[in-house]
Amino acid sequence: MVEAADRRRSRAVGRLLQAGVTLAGGVVVAGAIPYLVVHGFERPDYAVFRGEPRMLRSVTGIVADALSGDSRGILQLGILILIATPVSRVVLLLADFWRDRDTLYVAVTTVVLGILAYSLLGSGFL
Amino acid sequence: MNVLELTAILGTGACAAGFVGALTGLGGGVVIVPLLTLGLGVDIRYAVGTALVSVIATSSGAAAAYVKEGYSNLRLGIFFEVATTLGALGGAFVAAWAPTNAIAIVFGIALLSSAAFSWQRHPAAVRDAPPDPLAVRLKLTGTFPEDGGTRGYAPRKIPAAFGLMGVAGVLSGLLGIGSGAFKVLAMDRVMRLPYKVSTTTSNFMIGVTAAASAGIYVSRGYVDPGLAMPVVLGVLAGAALGTRVLATARAGALRLFFTAVIVLLALEMVVQGVKGAV
Repeated sequence: MVEAADRRRSRAVGRLLQAGVTLAGGVVVAGAIPYLVVHGFERPDYAVFRGEPRMLRSVTGIVADALSGDSRGILQLGILILIATPVSRVVLLLADFWRDRDTLYVAVTTVVLGILAYSLLGSGFL
Repeated sequence: MNVLELTAILGTGACAAGFVGALTGLGGGVVIVPLLTLGLGVDIRYAVGTALVSVIATSSGAAAAYVKEGYSNLRLGIFFEVATTLGALGGAFVAAWAPTNAIAIVFGIALLSSAAFSWQRHPAAVRDAPPDPLAVRLKLTGTFPEDGGTRGYAPRKIPAAFGLMGVAGVLSGLLGIGSGAFKVLAMDRVMRLPYKVSTTTSNFMIGVTAAASAGIYVSRGYVDPGLAMPVVLGVLAGAALGTRVLATARAGALRLFFTAVIVLLALEMVVQGVKGAV
């Protein structure tokens, strides 16, 4: 029964998105407190674009920086979790369509995941 | 201005954007970019990176609720995500070499057209017409809750809508916005879907569309944690508040106010872009 399966899928997707947003928000709050304590009275300078330091531009760099306790690294880790939330939702849908042997949508979901993977891998982000 | 003050200003602005965005369906990115560039003098590349992150927060937060309630059509969403992610990938590559004032001008024009689209009255959804054979083959028909029961619908003109979704993706990747207004246009006007299905499915797709260019933005150093932190937290808080008061709010008046703000911001972006000041 397609309809019942689609309803079940909707609930699973809803729970996953909620969990991702909650986790990302929690990590950002955890990084915000030390960030504001340490950097709160500095003068921000965003008028000229210099780009983030290399460390905050890739997944491995961000994770290493967050683990070292740098507050900017922890904030960036929270943002990574936020970016990963919709991507993991596509993975969940792929697994779920696969379980239902819904070949057409296994194919469609694979294409979307492929484009996302190309973007994430090709940019040197991972 | 120090970091604490910047955080407070950005957090407040993002909270307002999330709140009004949740009530009207007009998203956060369109307010975040002008607030950062025109209001706080931030370089547009940082602004676009920050807005993109806020868009993912809004989309995932709101979609969690809408998907569970059964409004969003998952198959429709994932099917059109093929077009929006491809477009976003292209848009993000263009953003890397396009001059910043050109981006500002395109942003202003996109803003003006999205304000225009969102303001138009939407046509009645087609109820009992025979479904498009392509929609049946692609399993894109669906039902949604209405008046205690469920109502069926079938999308039409799928190829045209697919093309529009690609354009929405390009704008999203180029400008760091969700381009929800373009997605709703494709579903509401072209495919003639019920309005609630269009807006909630658009919201569902925005997160994945933005994720397609997010990797490129982060790796180019456009995403600054100090700017993204207050924006993400503000948007999440504002959107949560907005979904609570949705039932009692006078959405019409808010929408008028919000559209007016957007039109002013759009004109300012175009003027600054033409003057080469952004």
